[in-house]
Amino acid sequence: MSASPTITTRAGAVAAARTDYAQAGGLKADVRGLHFHYGQRHALKNVNLPVPEKTVTALIGPSGCGKSTLLRCFNRMHDLYPGNRYGGQIILQPSGVNILSPAVDPMEMRLRTGMVFQKPNPFPKSIFENVAYGLRLRFVRDRKTLAEEVEKALNAAAIWDEVKDRLHQSAFKLSGGQQQRLCVARALATNPEILLLDEPTSALDPIATSKIEDMIFALKDSVTILIVTHNMEQAARVADFTAFMYLGELIEYGATSQIFQNPKNQLTEKYLTGSFG
Amino acid sequence: MQALTDVNRLIALRKWQDRAFIAVGAGCTALGVLALAALLIKLAVDGLPFISYRFLTSRPSELFPDSAGILTPIIGTLAVVVVTFFAAVPLGVATAVYLEEYARKNWLTDLIEINISNLAGVPSITFGLLGYWFFCTLLGLKPVVFVGGLTLAILVLPIIIVTTREALRTIPSSIREAAYAAGATKWQVIRYHLLPYSLGGILTGTIIALSRAIGETAPLIALGAGGFVPDPPPGPLSSRFPFINFAWLQKPFMALPTLMFNWTDNPNVMFRQKAAAIGLVLIVLTLSLNAVAIVIRYRIRKRIKW
Amino acid sequence: MSEASPKFVRLRPRSFGDAARRAWRERREAAVKWLFFAAAFSSILITLGIVCFLFSESIPFFRNVSLREFLTATEWSPRDEDHPRFGILTLAAATFTTTAIALAVAIPIGTVVALYLSEFAPHLVRESLKPALELLSAVPTVVYGYFAIQFVAPILRWFRPELPDYSMLSAGLVMGIMIIPYISSLSEDAMRSVPMLLREGSYALGANRVITALRVVVPSAFSGIGAAYILGISRAIGETMIVAVAAGNQSLFTFNPLNAAQTITAYIAQASKGDTAHGGIAYQSRFAAGLMLFLMTIAFNLIGYWLRRRYHKAN
Repeated sequence: MSASPTITTRAGAVAAARTDYAQAGGLKADVRGLHFHYGQRHALKNVNLPVPEKTVTALIGPSGCGKSTLLRCFNRMHDLYPGNRYGGQIILQPSGVNILSPAVDPMEMRLRTGMVFQKPNPFPKSIFENVAYGLRLRFVRDRKTLAEEVEKALNAAAIWDEVKDRLHQSAFKLSGGQQQRLCVARALATNPEILLLDEPTSALDPIATSKIEDMIFALKDSVTILIVTHNMEQAARVADFTAFMYLGELIEYGATSQIFQNPKNQLTEKYLTGSFG
Repeated sequence: MQALTDVNRLIALRKWQDRAFIAVGAGCTALGVLALAALLIKLAVDGLPFISYRFLTSRPSELFPDSAGILTPIIGTLAVVVVTFFAAVPLGVATAVYLEEYARKNWLTDLIEINISNLAGVPSITFGLLGYWFFCTLLGLKPVVFVGGLTLAILVLPIIIVTTREALRTIPSSIREAAYAAGATKWQVIRYHLLPYSLGGILTGTIIALSRAIGETAPLIALGAGGFVPDPPPGPLSSRFPFINFAWLQKPFMALPTLMFNWTDNPNVMFRQKAAAIGLVLIVLTLSLNAVAIVIRYRIRKRIKW
Repeated sequence: MSEASPKFVRLRPRSFGDAARRAWRERREAAVKWLFFAAAFSSILITLGIVCFLFSESIPFFRNVSLREFLTATEWSPRDEDHPRFGILTLAAATFTTTAIALAVAIPIGTVVALYLSEFAPHLVRESLKPALELLSAVPTVVYGYFAIQFVAPILRWFRPELPDYSMLSAGLVMGIMIIPYISSLSEDAMRSVPMLLREGSYALGANRVITALRVVVPSAFSGIGAAYILGISRAIGETMIVAVAAGNQSLFTFNPLNAAQTITAYIAQASKGDTAHGGIAYQSRFAAGLMLFLMTIAFNLIGYWLRRRYHKAN
């Protein structure tokens, strides 16, 4: 994938996104025939979703459509709770392995991905230790390496300047928006292959939201991003590709510009024009 | 990121850590349960041979260990617990109702709450000293049944207050609001709605409190009621009108735990062995009361779905 | 609820007798409220009573014994006719030693049990083991005393034959067993109320249960766990029967657990038995000891209360 270096506005970049994902230079992940059951409830029904590499893919849809459920399949978070059942496959590239297979340990997927949650959830530690948490988990102990990686991550999360003088203060002293960016830095510090964002700005004010969206735009070229958002305008602002879901099914998928300007499915059009949701 | 083999080793190490901690955790928990089992078994082995109908119905004696029984302390404990019940439950429930339904958030309420929390942590022997000072020194009474009962009532009061408050708190405010909306006064809401619904929780707390009162020794000793009393207080029923007499309240008494304490230290070996028998009776009483309370709590939680 | 009756405009005509009924009802409501308040206030009276008697009954004692001797002497022999000594440190040393032994048992085991039940154990295991452990705190303490001298001490003597019949070690160990549920139950409640969102953040980074429990849950539940520890300390300091039965009644200033020694509480129990002369200074000394005990436990109780308030606010 070759991003045009002259594109400076987000809107322009989205407009220039490829409509054919096959041209995007390869997939990072491929969801094939995914089903998911919460106990008896059939929450995801036959979802087929390509996730192109180093792009932003947005999952939109009304409440309860299964977008968060789908997102949490990528790092096997559902394994934490009893009674959940996967069906189908999510193939991770370039290894070609189905990450939903029982032979794959959930911890392995969590080591390869990073997740940011709806509400900021910093640990009761200092800002530095929050970001270093993932690195320490991977036995990175050298102080210099840690300091470098923490700085890199905080920079990528666009919060370095605000915290560089108080790295050893408690993370709880930050504002909500800053805490969320800290959580992004924490997820980025381990160089994840996929960054999973679960409605990351729904608890934030517009200024903080805007900062995070700028950050996503800047990150796009270095990591594959999957973002769930209940705010369809946000998808229009940041995503290259958008998937619309409804009641557990993937209704339509395509380049963002195509979905928003020319939806092929009537349900998609009704959602985008505000008939429901 | 690391090479693939590193990730596998990392995961294997983490899983091993989990398994090791589960082993340690389950082991420690098992240790606790084992200690309880050892205690029960030891007391059963030592005490069971001495438990018989005769043992439970004859009076104890200071001189003759073979014929000594525990009728006196059984009745003594029963009498004291009855007094404790009638003193602690109304007072405790009333306090809890006040704190939950009437009290406003001011310094006085805070003071009351700190007090109750503090009383819950005061060593039990201190209550015995309080009882001695108030009833014996100040009021000139002897350590008789109702003095002992009131002293133990003060001891178990915080238990009843806390459990009643919890029971009242689990009643959703919609019930209160519906009653008020129908025009009920505060007292009517409490009497006809809140108290009936919290009865289960109050019962649980009362059982736990009484079980505690049965097992307490130190306050009775400090009160001066730890001495040897050969005869139990007379019964409450009398043959003449009004058929209930209260003489038993003013008689000295001996309780099961204090007799066990006396016999445990006794130079005579048979008294020491019979101490185990009392211990067994005590354990059976307190543990079964606690088990009943746990079962009631469980059934309430299952049955009531707000 | 409003206290006074506001002046409403009547929407329909009142019936005769309405006013009398309402007035009676309002008087009844006020009476009920004051009754309940009196009940609640009685708890303050009880505490006042305790403070009152502890100080008033100790005054005659302190008229005869200097505060300096009380707080610094290391011998406690109130019944010695010629040379009575009243150094509370003697009893306090035994209280300290038995408490330390008890906590050395209860805090590690209690915390590990709490972690296991909260973070690792499957639901069924937790629901059946938790009440079983709570039964440990329901056993009457005099029975624990018997258990200490008849079961625990002989086992300890198998390892250390020089252990006397009564020792602070056997009493402390059994006291520790009794305190385990105090620590495990409260700590577990504190850990369970840490929100799942925090744990998910840790798991999503690739952590296992142990690391999440130790590095995320425990720091978050810290005040609650601290309050549990304080409660355990307070309980150990105030325990009477286990030490009265199993630690012996020797008045000795020592920190050696292999010795028999008398704690503050055991002394009060002994001094309350009939064989001490009423009104004598030996009899009064139990109030001085009680005062010391009360001050120690109230300090810990207040710290624990403050910790619990902080932890509730943080959640």
